Amino acid sequence: MLCATSRLLAARAASALPAHPRGRGPAPRSRRRELHFPGHPELPPGDFLAGRFARPSVLAGRRAILRRGRMPPAAGGGLAGSELRPRRSRCGSRAARAAGRDGATEAATARSPKRPAPPSSRRFEAAGRWALLALVTLTSFATRFHRLDQPPHICWDETHFGKMGSYYINRTFFFDVHPPLGKMLIGLAGYLSGYDGSFLFQKPGDNYEHHSYMGMRGFCAFLGSMLIPLAYLTVLELSRSLPAALLTAALLTFDTGCLTLSQYILLDPILMFFIMAAMLSMVKYNACASRPFSAPWWFWLSLTGINLAGALGVKFVGLFIILQVGWNTLSDLWHLFGDLSLSMVTLGKHLTARILCLIVLPLALYIATYAVHFMVLNKSGPGDGFFSSAFQARLSGNNLHNASIPEHLAYGSVITVKNLRMAIGYLHSHRHFYPEGIGARQQQVTTYLHKDYNNLWIIKKHNSNSDPLDPSLPVEFVRHGDIIRLEHKETSRNLHSHYHEAPLTRKHYQVTGYGINGSGDSNDFWRIEVINRKFGNRIKVLRSRIRLIHLVTGCVLGSSGKVLPKWGWEQLEVTCTPYLKETLSSIWNVEDHINPKLPNISLEVLQPSFPEIMLESHMVMIRGNNGLKPKDNEFTSKPWHWPINFQGLRFSGVNDTDFRVYLLGNPVVWWLNLLSIALYVLSASVFAVAVQRGACLPAEVEGLSQVLLRGGGQLLFGWMMHYFPFFLMGRVLYFHHYFPAMLFSSMLTGLLWDTLLQLCAWSLASYPLARCVHALGILSLLLGTAYSFYLFHPLAYGMVGPLAQDPRSPMAGLRWLESWDF
Amino acid sequence: MLGFLQHPVVVTAEVNLNMVALTAVGLLSRLWQLAYPRAVVFDEVYYGQYISFYMKRIFFLDGSGPPFGHMLLALGGYLGGFDGNFLWNRIGAEYSSNVPVWSLRLLPALSGALSVPMAYEIVWELGFSHCAATGAALLMLIENALITQSRLMLLESVLIFFNLLAVLSYLKFSNSQKHGPFSPRWWFWLVLTGVACSCAVGIKYVGVFTYLLVLGVAAVHAWHLIGDQTLSNVRVLCHLLARAVALVVLPALVYLLFFYIHLLLLYRSGPHDQIMSSAFQASLEGGLARVTQGQPLEVAFGSQITLKNIFGQPVPCWLHSHQSTYPMIYENGRGSSHQQQVTCYPFKDVNNWWIVKDPGRHQLVVNNPPRPVRHGDVVQLVHGMTTRLLNTHDVAAPLSPHAQEVSCYVDYNISMPPQSLWRLEIVNRESDTDVWKTILSEVRFVHVNTSAILKLSGVPLPDWGFRQLEVVGEKLFWGHHESTVWNVEEHRYGRSQEQKERELELHSPTQMDISRNLTFMARFSELQWRMLTVRSDDSEHKYSSTPLDWVMLDTNIAYWLHPRTSAQIHLLGNIVIWASASLATLVYALLFVWYLLRRRRRVCDLPEDRWLRWVLAGAVCAGGWAVNYLPFFLMEKTLFLYHYLPALTFQILLLPVVLEHVSDHLCRSQLQRSLFTALVMAWFTSACHVSNMLRPLTYGDRSLSPSELKALRWKDSWDILIRKY
Repeated sequence: MLCATSRLLAARAASALPAHPRGRGPAPRSRRRELHFPGHPELPPGDFLAGRFARPSVLAGRRAILRRGRMPPAAGGGLAGSELRPRRSRCGSRAARAAGRDGATEAATARSPKRPAPPSSRRFEAAGRWALLALVTLTSFATRFHRLDQPPHICWDETHFGKMGSYYINRTFFFDVHPPLGKMLIGLAGYLSGYDGSFLFQKPGDNYEHHSYMGMRGFCAFLGSMLIPLAYLTVLELSRSLPAALLTAALLTFDTGCLTLSQYILLDPILMFFIMAAMLSMVKYNACASRPFSAPWWFWLSLTGINLAGALGVKFVGLFIILQVGWNTLSDLWHLFGDLSLSMVTLGKHLTARILCLIVLPLALYIATYAVHFMVLNKSGPGDGFFSSAFQARLSGNNLHNASIPEHLAYGSVITVKNLRMAIGYLHSHRHFYPEGIGARQQQVTTYLHKDYNNLWIIKKHNSNSDPLDPSLPVEFVRHGDIIRLEHKETSRNLHSHYHEAPLTRKHYQVTGYGINGSGDSNDFWRIEVINRKFGNRIKVLRSRIRLIHLVTGCVLGSSGKVLPKWGWEQLEVTCTPYLKETLSSIWNVEDHINPKLPNISLEVLQPSFPEIMLESHMVMIRGNNGLKPKDNEFTSKPWHWPINFQGLRFSGVNDTDFRVYLLGNPVVWWLNLLSIALYVLSASVFAVAVQRGACLPAEVEGLSQVLLRGGGQLLFGWMMHYFPFFLMGRVLYFHHYFPAMLFSSMLTGLLWDTLLQLCAWSLASYPLARCVHALGILSLLLGTAYSFYLFHPLAYGMVGPLAQDPRSPMAGLRWLESWDF
Repeated sequence: MLGFLQHPVVVTAEVNLNMVALTAVGLLSRLWQLAYPRAVVFDEVYYGQYISFYMKRIFFLDGSGPPFGHMLLALGGYLGGFDGNFLWNRIGAEYSSNVPVWSLRLLPALSGALSVPMAYEIVWELGFSHCAATGAALLMLIENALITQSRLMLLESVLIFFNLLAVLSYLKFSNSQKHGPFSPRWWFWLVLTGVACSCAVGIKYVGVFTYLLVLGVAAVHAWHLIGDQTLSNVRVLCHLLARAVALVVLPALVYLLFFYIHLLLLYRSGPHDQIMSSAFQASLEGGLARVTQGQPLEVAFGSQITLKNIFGQPVPCWLHSHQSTYPMIYENGRGSSHQQQVTCYPFKDVNNWWIVKDPGRHQLVVNNPPRPVRHGDVVQLVHGMTTRLLNTHDVAAPLSPHAQEVSCYVDYNISMPPQSLWRLEIVNRESDTDVWKTILSEVRFVHVNTSAILKLSGVPLPDWGFRQLEVVGEKLFWGHHESTVWNVEEHRYGRSQEQKERELELHSPTQMDISRNLTFMARFSELQWRMLTVRSDDSEHKYSSTPLDWVMLDTNIAYWLHPRTSAQIHLLGNIVIWASASLATLVYALLFVWYLLRRRRRVCDLPEDRWLRWVLAGAVCAGGWAVNYLPFFLMEKTLFLYHYLPALTFQILLLPVVLEHVSDHLCRSQLQRSLFTALVMAWFTSACHVSNMLRPLTYGDRSLSPSELKALRWKDSWDILIRKY
């Protein structure tokens, strides 16, 4: 940041040089075309930043300085020169900076080219910039930390993420659909701030009482406050304009939605922090492209990678920022590749550097978070049943931990049978019948995720009911291809199937428990088969993947994964499928195994390796995510609701006596954002068409159009990447999913209005008031958002009293949409 | 003056015999024994019922695609004089003599046959040789899966026809751009592009992918046009406008036209009426219109009404109440108010009748003149048969405990006063003083005391509630959702003061005058919306497959089996063509990336015009394959092998393009070139041979012995039916 800021000063200062933009080399038109390729040969290396973002006047001036201050002229563009030059001299930042300062001392400030200024005013301005950044940061922290302890009870999803933080402190294993980093950080923050993990986090509204929760909230609020300086710096880098950055910061500071979302123990502030940090470091690293392999270049590049790992480690939607960085890197490489002055070796170095920093490093960090996750959580907890038998053997307190069981299945063994598809559970039956009208009225067979005595089955021979555990009989092992009977231990009914349709999946057959004390009929016979083994082989506990084929109908025992209605206790449906396709849902393994006649072996040998655990936990998470389907008649938030701020989310409280917090964007900010996107698309396409038509734009306008097309383009792309994929998602969606996209959209708004107002000022240049237009416009936008924040701040900081539809409420006039519910 | 006579009238005819021959062979292969088998083959069972509906002019709703495809098939039936009397109930059923099988199958077969010369034209228009063009057409001709699919009453071949037509006419259009912009020829092809695109979309929604591809290519060309500074601004604007009209506006209009004809043809009520809104049903002859004929339009105080929920999920139903009360204690131990149940009932019943009452007055009849109910009025709803008031209070609903219970108030003389005032909100009002109208108005009932909204939760009640659907007062929600919106379906003015007379009145059928004032656009948008949202049960099918199975033809579909012999029809492609087409796509992609990277380093392997031709061929063929294939990975519906056929045709077009390119540019010596030609000939011969071997499964005309069938099962995953004697 230090490098960037002082370079910014150099650019600012240099812009004051009275160089004419037309004097900078190639003919204007071809120059304009080539501006699309940052690494293009016509741009002298070392001037990438200026060519990309600065206004033309800045460009020309700065280039002159850089040339003067840096390299010997002979080494300028030649192939050999760029090859042989040592790295240090290639990154001439220091020289450039020095030169910039020298040049700047005799130059004027950027904003007022006509008025020369003394050196002290320049230093003054530098201090002013720092002060402004500090002011922005301070305001943001002040708004986020104000009334952070209110309300002192659990709000909304704090009940999940706070609980998961506690799990880390207590080291009990749990399952969640999101990757672990965010919750680990919350747990760490709680641990460091003296929270002991003893609060139960049962349901929203529960009081925290004596438990210390401020550490966790403070940590989230800290990251949430950091969003604003990050956005400020990003826009500053992209637009090179303070007012744009300031406007962005104001929009985000004064947005009630961002504020609310930052004040509680949630994953979103953490996720958004990493997204914004990745964006900022990507932009900074783009700006360093003129000095590849210099220290700042490496720094920003690897920081991008680290932040990407962070974003993905918190929630899977972090993938979108990875795609954006990926796209940016590809186009970057493409431009470098087109630069004939770079040899293939240099290109190879570029490619390797990016692979190292943007793929290898994030992947290593991401895997490391999982390693820590699995190391910390070593006690059995509520998440065990979601995972395979072998995985559970790792967890202390689980009945499989340090257990020893017989290795091969024999007749008379008592077993539990688990489905291989993730999150299906154990084959289960209980003393309840299928209701009238749903197949035969026999005992239900389901799958169940929790461990229970009703999961136990006894393997018996199909044709004899003699007790195989009789010590006088020899042990007889079950072999691949044997015909067996499975008797439910608690109810002594046989696993049975017949030509009745299954309760939910109508094309499959029903599976029931049938018979009395183990005597049933020929529909109780199943052929046991091991996948990919030879006939006659024994069947191993945990290891063997088995299928059970119904002898009479030829169908395969499986679970459809559908949830049965109330009568089935909302357990999962078990069916016998006539389609013999090999899917995981029809493959099972034997987990518990009790047979006193057989010697036990230790389960240690079965422990899965770390890559297997990684793969398995990802499969479970993805299935969990896909499983979050909205039910019929449930009011779900639709992606098109979000940008128009259609409806908020209740964080806390319902009635007029409650302390109510309502997550809703500041409508002024949000609707301005919406308008800005439309306006941006319009103005950007006007500029793009003008450029394509070869129109000769005045130098000033051309600079602005570059900011609009390049910087704005990146932000718009970010908005689209973080918004549109939600339209394709089948899972339940919530309003807060929009907030990463909203950050990008606010940055775009800041950049757009500054550019448009500058354009406006420029076109009015002949009038006396022209210079005020820009300042007035920005000021009124700033004040407008601030005032709207004043109006809407009770949404975030909490309100008590009558609801807004009541005319006595202070919020009465502010319910602008009927769907808002505060 | 007579200048036009100065030149003689000359007719120059140029006949491409290649084309003629290809068309002829194409027709022969698709039309040969078209009426065989005279039985329902696979999905004919599905399309056939829609043809019958068209013939009988009965309204239906099919979520699988827009109506143009069904209409084309029905056109065949119309031309063959089909009366629609056939029960399409199972695959393999013999057609009765009144079904004109030949003419029903004619249109798909013709489109399949014409695809062959079109493939020729496309490759030629892409700038490749006649040899490559002939190759492409021959491959289309002998591809077994395409033959099977076009010889039956199915829509894929028609879809493929319009896809190819759209691409072909766009290519012709863009080729005529150079020498004669705005000439009649130019206009013709431009307009034809738009029409063909909308026809493709009108047959199946997946046609939209080809449309998007054409639009994309057109957009890139238009962008170059903008950059062309030899053209004046006005001329560029004209070009852009012409494209926008022909490629965006015109297709939209044509698409609307399909629906217009569809709704014009189907004017009788039928089995799918229930899914549509009351207003829509009222516009169908013999549907709700019969019931609601002559109803008064404006609901007044004292009106007797039935209230239907707009949402219609899980089933369309009416607000209902009956003598039974909520059980004192539910199974899970919670208590209820023990008042009379209010439910939503999916059948017409006398207990669905409610009377609108003015809270300030006692009478339940309509005054003369009637006093209409307006938006914002507070009303009470009286259940007609039990004369109890619709009520809600702060008691948890039976199955949705977060919401309030809705009941008909029974006074138990305990501390629970009636809370039966409801404020009427007309959702689709134009002004705040709108009158509540029968059928047309969509209304919400907001409870005055608790601000809860009357809502259908859609959960079936247990046995005590007779499995009717639960109705609740939703207090948490203020947004718009269709399950909170109701409309009046049946309506009459109450005349009888006495309860006994009123019960008689309620039992008597309604009859009054009809309001059929739904505009076409309203009907269209409702129908389109229902078509997109109607949910087909996600059924597993024996022959369903995943997109990954398609590329290398790992699956097949048994379409039909002869009732006695083992003659059978399968959707089974020519595996040589499938494999080599997939390979060609891969080769194209690799070569493309290679050339692109080298051009970036200023190494031009291809001259500029060759390169542009190569890129365009890739955009159309490889791009056409990609847009027609990749989206299936995101789709959640049941997929079948035939979904791949549109993508396959584009892949087949790419095959000769890649072969010609390899021969022209990668074979460096004459010897290599000859060798390559020989290889290609050998490969083509093998493709023909395979095609011939699979012919019995394509036409189903010959019964094969079990050993022959086993010999044809080249992949374990192919499911060929072998009879056990």
